[in-house]
Amino acid sequence: MPSILVFSEQDRCAFELLHKAGELGKKTGLDVAAAALGGSQGEEYARRGCTRVYASSHELLQPFDAFVYAQALSQIAATVQAKIFLIGSTRSGKDLAGRLSQMLGAGCLTDCQSLEYEQEGLVATRNAFGGATVAAQKLRPSLQIYALLPYLCEPAAPGEAKGEVIQVSLNLKPSRVRKIKKTPKELGAVDIEGAEVLVCVGKGLAKKEDIKIAEELASVLSGFVACTKPLATDLKWLPESRIIGLSGKKGKPKMAVCAGISGQVQFAVGIRDAKTIVAVNTDPNAYIFQMADYGLIGDLYQILPQLTAALKKLQNAK
Amino acid sequence: MDIIVCVKQTYDLQQVRILKETRQPVFENVPLTLGSIDKNALEEAVRIREKAGGKVTAVSVGPETLEDTIKEALAMGADEAVLVTAPKLDSNESALSATLLAKAIGQIGPFDLILLGEGSTDNYSGQVGPRLAELLDLPQVAFTKSFHIEGRTLRAVRSLEDCLEDVEVDLPALVTVVSEINEPRIPAVTQILKAGRKPKKVFRPEDLGIQIGEFGFQLETISNLAPVQNRKGILFKEGAKDTPALVKALEEEGLLRR
Repeated sequence: MPSILVFSEQDRCAFELLHKAGELGKKTGLDVAAAALGGSQGEEYARRGCTRVYASSHELLQPFDAFVYAQALSQIAATVQAKIFLIGSTRSGKDLAGRLSQMLGAGCLTDCQSLEYEQEGLVATRNAFGGATVAAQKLRPSLQIYALLPYLCEPAAPGEAKGEVIQVSLNLKPSRVRKIKKTPKELGAVDIEGAEVLVCVGKGLAKKEDIKIAEELASVLSGFVACTKPLATDLKWLPESRIIGLSGKKGKPKMAVCAGISGQVQFAVGIRDAKTIVAVNTDPNAYIFQMADYGLIGDLYQILPQLTAALKKLQNAK
Repeated sequence: MDIIVCVKQTYDLQQVRILKETRQPVFENVPLTLGSIDKNALEEAVRIREKAGGKVTAVSVGPETLEDTIKEALAMGADEAVLVTAPKLDSNESALSATLLAKAIGQIGPFDLILLGEGSTDNYSGQVGPRLAELLDLPQVAFTKSFHIEGRTLRAVRSLEDCLEDVEVDLPALVTVVSEINEPRIPAVTQILKAGRKPKKVFRPEDLGIQIGEFGFQLETISNLAPVQNRKGILFKEGAKDTPALVKALEEEGLLRR
């Protein structure tokens, strides 16, 4: 039966994709299947809206390797008559998506921000021109691979209905890339993409120690500090996991406070889904004010501590 | 060490404006350049050649303007360039780009390493590297933060979201790099002058057995506009004096309740 096939090497992301696949399955009439490979628990997938889960714990499936996983998914795709793939657009997911697309002769869009069924097929949106624009695009080939950004939708909740878990036998060639070791990036990595409040800082900050001004504000707001790319990659004041922007993470907080950030498009794409944007900048012409709900022309060294103090006072009064 | 670096021509995105009325990007008078992460890949290749010798070949696919834009890669230190050009060749068609790159690389002869940026500056799709690896039957090492070569073994550190992964691969291999890997050089004037005289081969897709019309396009772009910004645009201009007003506004929106 023609299917939508869901895969992500991150279970949480796979569950989000299952949510999306459920929606699209109803509209397209396609069946929903999932691949649970390596260490993933097929049973957990089966309770989240797919009729069939193809599971394998083939020894070559650990650790993740794009080439091996592309072979595995090609083989599963043939079994389930996959028409549409939903893959998580993580770094590993993108590594896989390109190889798999070429292996299968499929069309592919990565980093999709949305995917909807419209009259004549699926339409995805993704950033173009470095994030200056958002393109709505369709794929023409009959086999289509969409890599969707994590946190695109809520993960599918476990339900009553239970799909069938099928152990597949895969015929895999080993990767020529030898995995030596993995080192966690840093302790205390935070979930920027899932955060409700972000305090974002940029080059308006003069020195590393001053990040604590932003941290204090983030702390009273129960949020996290994020930053523009140069602050992490050039200056190394914050870990890379805190980068917001085109090559970093995309936040969707209820509120983002952007302090000392000019608002270049490379940053702006990572924050423009925030519900409310508050900007503090000394330059009245800074682009960030154009994308802000509330802008305050002023020095972050003055304003942020004032905000922190005012919020503490408010909270204590409650 | 013979290294191939695949680069892509893009508009200098820092200079693209958006028309407020129509939300359309304006490319008039915007110069063309090479992708910024492509330059990291090129820089890495040139550094290896400076130490170990060999040759760096820049390979690219795009419209005819590429013949001029590629001088940037030659000025940065590539020894020669191999191009596939055709009018209006859309280099965002990842499958087509990867196929043409593979065909062009087939004209070069033996190589040890193919380097690319993890994604292009404009489209940032990240497909061409892995697609090319599949076409050329090469192992792929994506999102590389640093690497070195000992004999025929390449040792790389890949940068994933939550971890660094150390891997090894025997050459030839295809590696994509992240921008953190290095700081690309700004070429000296003498290098820029020399660039025009470096060897450059230009193919048409037909020369390589590809008819673009028959190959077909995979993508259809329905719209491509700057996103709608439905922002309130309330601006407080009095600096620190306005902080209480800002706090009040945020409080009224319910943003400060926990």
